[in-house]
Amino acid sequence: MNSINWLADPRNGRFLKVVYLIALLVVFAADFFVHRHHATFIWDAIPGFGAVYGFVSCVLMIIVFKFVGHVWLMKKEDYYD
Amino acid sequence: MIEWVHPGVILILGALLIPFLKGRIKQLYLLALPVAAFIAVVSASQGVHGVVHFLNHGLVFGRVDRLSLVFGYIFTIMAFIGIVYGLHVKRDGEYMAGLLYAGSSLGVVFAGDFFTLFVFWEGMAFSSLFLIWLKGDKASDAAGFRYVMVHTVGGVVLLGGIILYYINTGGIGFNAIENSGLAFYMILIGFLVNAAVPPFHAWLADAYPEGTIMGSVFLCAFTTKTAVYVLLRGFAGTELLIWMGVIMTLYGVFYAVLENDVRKLLSYHIISQVGYMVAGVGIGTEMALNGATAHAFAHILYKALLFMGMGSVILMTGKRKLTDLGGLYKTMPITMILYMIGALSISAFPLFSGFVSKSMVISAAEESHIGWAVLLLTLASVGTFLSVGLKLPYYAFFGKDSGIRAEEPPVNMLIGMGLAAFLCVAIGVYPSLLYDVLPFHVEYHPYTAQHLATALGLLLFTGLGFFLLLKRLTPEPAITTDLDWFYRMGGRLFLRLANRPIAAADGFVGELYNNMILGPAKRMACFCYVFDIGVIDGIVNLTAWLTTAAAWLSHKFDIYVVDGIVNSAATLTSCSSGVWRRMQTGYLQNYALVFILGVLIIAGSILFG
Repeated sequence: MNSINWLADPRNGRFLKVVYLIALLVVFAADFFVHRHHATFIWDAIPGFGAVYGFVSCVLMIIVFKFVGHVWLMKKEDYYD
Repeated sequence: MIEWVHPGVILILGALLIPFLKGRIKQLYLLALPVAAFIAVVSASQGVHGVVHFLNHGLVFGRVDRLSLVFGYIFTIMAFIGIVYGLHVKRDGEYMAGLLYAGSSLGVVFAGDFFTLFVFWEGMAFSSLFLIWLKGDKASDAAGFRYVMVHTVGGVVLLGGIILYYINTGGIGFNAIENSGLAFYMILIGFLVNAAVPPFHAWLADAYPEGTIMGSVFLCAFTTKTAVYVLLRGFAGTELLIWMGVIMTLYGVFYAVLENDVRKLLSYHIISQVGYMVAGVGIGTEMALNGATAHAFAHILYKALLFMGMGSVILMTGKRKLTDLGGLYKTMPITMILYMIGALSISAFPLFSGFVSKSMVISAAEESHIGWAVLLLTLASVGTFLSVGLKLPYYAFFGKDSGIRAEEPPVNMLIGMGLAAFLCVAIGVYPSLLYDVLPFHVEYHPYTAQHLATALGLLLFTGLGFFLLLKRLTPEPAITTDLDWFYRMGGRLFLRLANRPIAAADGFVGELYNNMILGPAKRMACFCYVFDIGVIDGIVNLTAWLTTAAAWLSHKFDIYVVDGIVNSAATLTSCSSGVWRRMQTGYLQNYALVFILGVLIIAGSILFG
């Protein structure tokens, strides 16, 4: 279980960040080179669409869902008591 | 040679013997039951078995075809994993409820007619209820009542639909249902309640977090997936279900982003994942139905794994909220790794089971040219990774150290999780394992370069968004109201509203009773009392008094008057007799003198008169 402790060690945080950013770049770049055997919809033809869609929808979801929760649906824990 | 043994009946009858066994023998017996049921499923030949004639109808207990077989495999596998995970549990009730529940689910899967289906359907609802109630606190009592209330209503609607269907068609066979109006929709709603399709979903996220540690693992597997099975059987190609399924996937994702309770977060992701299956049923092509089936199969394994992981955390730490957890990786690394295998599976990472099953549904939507469904289903998988793959493990196992140093759970729990994790990876690495048992023969290859690149881009950049907005996603000590608000608060409002008329009516009736019956009765009693005292007693007393007075009077009269007369007569007689006695001298000269005196007096009176 040393590997998990190593991953969680803040001293290695910088190294992990660099590895993660490289992975992001590789995956994003790879989408430009894959063979597209079918493109049913317009977005299937756009390289890097998956990455952009994932990032944008993740950010929007966090902001919008939390906003709706705060202004409307979230209540104190003893709400039903 | 027995032609066919019902695997569900093995579990149901087998469960009844559990209380008579002890120790190791009981544990072996518990493990043997799902194994026997699995063997019964594997050895079943396709066709119709177990037909019982009842009231002029053939009840079919064993319709064995490719669709029922897939669900038979996974349900028996799941029952085995659940038993292994719960083998440390001391209470027989949990095993019995779990196995009755799994057995009833198999009963539904192999039922060939609506009547048999309905009986097992209700059996599921009531046996699963005890997996919630056995947790034994106030919250689980209340959640259990709400759970069974919703399922009872759902069951009644289903039964109503079945009766209408029988009246319309004259048959009770359970096959694809033609849209014949009310019966169609009532049966559909009955099924949708168990599939937890909004707006009929709130029971799931309300009840599943309140089950026992082992109970919730059983709960998350069977109810929604039998509902998916009956939808596949009866409602394939119902377009409405595409809409409902897609909304469902996002609905669950939305609530999971806000949720703080670990098992409630996972429950919302059951709703989300079942959405893919419901949408697949709605699309209705062979590819889509295969996808829905495959996803149900994969989902049972990874969702059970996630519930087992969080069940272990709750058992070992005693905490269930993300705000109370953190830093558990130090002492529970094996639990964390096994949980992460489930998380990567549900998030559809390449080499994990979700990747090969979820993509079938999305590809089916693509083939049917339903663009909006493709985009929204993909959006939901972003949300799935965000909540189950990033937020939950980050704040439970890493994040701010809570100072909790909980140990790994008992070894049987780790083995149960290990089995599920192994199958998740096996299906992801070698998808033919799953594809070969699907109901239709469809060519589908998940590992294409395009699919891999898109999926990895989607997931890794979701991670980027998560880490950039980490602070905004911090779990908050709050609850999020869902549609159960209507029957939780609505029930209270109803009571409050009802109380007023009831109290008023009660007061009115009381008043009426007082004024009309009690008051007059009292007054009547008063009157009777007074009458009794005054008149009756008066008369009696008066009579008595008069009698006494009369007696006294007659006594006095007797003494003075009667006795007086008698005595005075006697006295007079005695006095006069004294006088008269002296007059009786006995001398003749006296008498002659008196005689002569008399004569003289008479003569004198004549002469001088």
